Amino acid sequence: MKFRVYRYNPETDQNPYMQGFVVEASRGMMLRDALLAIQDQDESFAFRHSCGEGVCGSDGVNVNGVNKLACVTPVAELRETVVVRPLPGRPVIRDLVVDMSQFFTQYKRVEPWLKHRDPLPEQEITQTPEARDKLDGLYECNLCGCCSTACPSFWWNPEKFLGPQALLTACRFLEDSRDQAAEERLDALAGPYKLFRCHSIMNCVEVCPKGLNPTKAIGQIRARMLKGSL
Amino acid sequence: MDMTLPRRRFDTLIIGAGGAGLNAALQLADSGLRVAVVSKVFPTRSHTVAAQGGVNAALANVLPDSWHWHMYDTVKGSDFLGDQDAIEFMCREAIPTVYELEHAGVPFSRLDNGKIYQRAFGGQNQDFGGPQAARTCAAADRTGHAVLHALYQQNIRAKTHFFDEYFAIDLLRDEEGVALGALVLEIESGDTLVIEAKTTLIATGGCGQVFRTTSNARINTGDGMAMALRAGIPLQDMEFFQFHPTGIAGKGKLITEAVRGEGGYLINGNGERFMERYAPTARDLASRDLVARAIVTEINEGRGCGINKDYVLLRVDHLGEEIIAKRLPGIRESARIFAGLDPALEPIPVFPTAHYSMGGIPTDRFGRVVVPAGEGAEEVVPGLYAAGECACASVHGANRLGGNSLLDILVFGRAAGKDIIDYIKENPHHRPLSEPSLERAVAHLDRWDHQPEKKPAGKGKAKPAAESSVRELREEFRKVMEDHAGVFRTPKSMAEGVKQLKAIRRKLRGLRLKDQSRVFNIARIEALELENMVDVGMAIAVSALGRKESRGAHSREDFPVRDDRQWMKHSLYFREKDRLEYKPVRSKPLTVKGFPPAERVY
Repeated sequence: MKFRVYRYNPETDQNPYMQGFVVEASRGMMLRDALLAIQDQDESFAFRHSCGEGVCGSDGVNVNGVNKLACVTPVAELRETVVVRPLPGRPVIRDLVVDMSQFFTQYKRVEPWLKHRDPLPEQEITQTPEARDKLDGLYECNLCGCCSTACPSFWWNPEKFLGPQALLTACRFLEDSRDQAAEERLDALAGPYKLFRCHSIMNCVEVCPKGLNPTKAIGQIRARMLKGSL
Repeated sequence: MDMTLPRRRFDTLIIGAGGAGLNAALQLADSGLRVAVVSKVFPTRSHTVAAQGGVNAALANVLPDSWHWHMYDTVKGSDFLGDQDAIEFMCREAIPTVYELEHAGVPFSRLDNGKIYQRAFGGQNQDFGGPQAARTCAAADRTGHAVLHALYQQNIRAKTHFFDEYFAIDLLRDEEGVALGALVLEIESGDTLVIEAKTTLIATGGCGQVFRTTSNARINTGDGMAMALRAGIPLQDMEFFQFHPTGIAGKGKLITEAVRGEGGYLINGNGERFMERYAPTARDLASRDLVARAIVTEINEGRGCGINKDYVLLRVDHLGEEIIAKRLPGIRESARIFAGLDPALEPIPVFPTAHYSMGGIPTDRFGRVVVPAGEGAEEVVPGLYAAGECACASVHGANRLGGNSLLDILVFGRAAGKDIIDYIKENPHHRPLSEPSLERAVAHLDRWDHQPEKKPAGKGKAKPAAESSVRELREEFRKVMEDHAGVFRTPKSMAEGVKQLKAIRRKLRGLRLKDQSRVFNIARIEALELENMVDVGMAIAVSALGRKESRGAHSREDFPVRDDRQWMKHSLYFREKDRLEYKPVRSKPLTVKGFPPAERVY
């Protein structure tokens, strides 16, 4: 099976280039296995990966123009020649390894932790199963970055627009019946950029390897804001 | 040269950002100490994220329960090799620990009354071996993900200093043995950094990558265990490695025990529920060592499934769409991706997969690293702590119960954090850095930057260095471990394994890197990881060969039964000369009566 992968080593390369590799495909082979096979041929080829089952979120890459997690992408589903590039819009450190610090900065800006202000009970803070259901589709995010780096609004305004991932996380806390900081959270999202730069292009929904829907979450936040302003 | 290395100073250094490291960091940062957490991956990539089924605590939300019953199950599960003081501590602490996690934001699944959902798991009963218990607190089948993210989020709030994508090379200790911090490598730049600290906590997780077929992530290379070995500290009970009964056949990916807890069961090639023959009462919810052996036995005796009769089937389809969607969404996704099927419609082919190291760096119940001090006595290594899978407290003994792993990392991460606070009160100053210790650490790293010196010919059959790569040797090594230290062990095979590992160790010394660049050099990291894996693999193989009985996960054909008279003791493996020592099991709990060894029936 033919691959073309993005190569760039800042110590030796003036410019990035694409390099071809041929990998013997096997039954059930995932893209991560293919990238490892490429590494067997050339140990200088760099990419991040770890759990191999889509939960750690390390191996987001752009394959044939679409962001995917390499470890849960069967090569059998990919059109040849398979073109593998780093996640778009982020500075490249080396080969497929990009600098995700801006992405994590935006994540931290939504203050992604539970804010429960009442005195804590001796046991658990209770939550009905229905209230807990509201977190499904929000808490499973693995911070792979496929969504935000597929979002044109994030490419243009990565400092100002929080991006789909961070907004999904903001929604996760807004929807948590135990969280008591909704007003403060909504205030922090006000203004033309942080939230409202989302133009519902929905690339995020299309690429999310966990099947999550950040656009819907952004809609939920907007609805809450609207309700608050009435 | 060493004086030119940049240095940072913190009150405490934590190596590893999984559940143990982050729970310790949270205690420390919230108490106002300066905490550095070094992790070779971004914290939420740590393997805690992959824990599925849940965390045990006797909350009694579903069925009556008590920490004392939990303690009994854990002692029995350990095949009476666990230290009962540490086990009592863990089972008592489980309850406040889970509530604390819930308060920290973990999105646990809920019962109709709003309390945390608890499910049945293997080896756990009410009333000291009575009816099945429901003790495992779960967030669907993504509990580890929920826990790790919540802990990371709380650490952001607490302003913990994170060194993301820094690889720890070696521990630094002074001439008196006091821990001083570590030499670390920034992966992005290739630069080294000395982190000086009053205390150092090793929380680097497991080493499942030493086996070819494993549920463990690529990062689980036993780095902290190997660092401890190189610093002269032994590893305890390394022969006890858990093979999880239900890995996806041929892939090793984990299918959680929660599947059986929710009512799933195993069948062999004849369609028979074979666990009934091995564990008449608990059946599919017997302890993991027993279920893994049952599966391998069925296959060895020709009752496997498929064309090659080399797996068994895990049935879930009878549970119905709703339970599967609600309680087991993650494994449904895994089964679809890696086995190409929907478990709601057809059974999953499974085979045991290398999963968890019961052994590790010896600690007491405060997370303090302890080493032998002659005449059977032990002493604490000042300033050095270990918690989580890399440590051995020892609460799992010869076999860990499902749901006790998340519990172990959280309880002992927290306990270590609390003890570190006290230690720093009494030892408020940094000690001078030991230059010889730093030089050794620097030399360890530098070795990969140069062509190793050619040894005079004649010493071995080892391949010349140029012919072998780190990657090739890694695969050779993992195959040796799988073939010689697996579910069933024979003396001949184990001895052969040790011999082959020695050859691999020699070859490793002759390897070099083709890629000598600095920026994000994966090959260099893999070389350092391979050194760690080989050290840990040798600890497993030598300890296994040494233990002449069968207990828990260690099962050998020549000594098929447990021998409490001679072997109710912990192994200690030292890297120097591959030496073994033993130390007694702590059979006396903190406040209750001890559980004497008894026959283990499920």
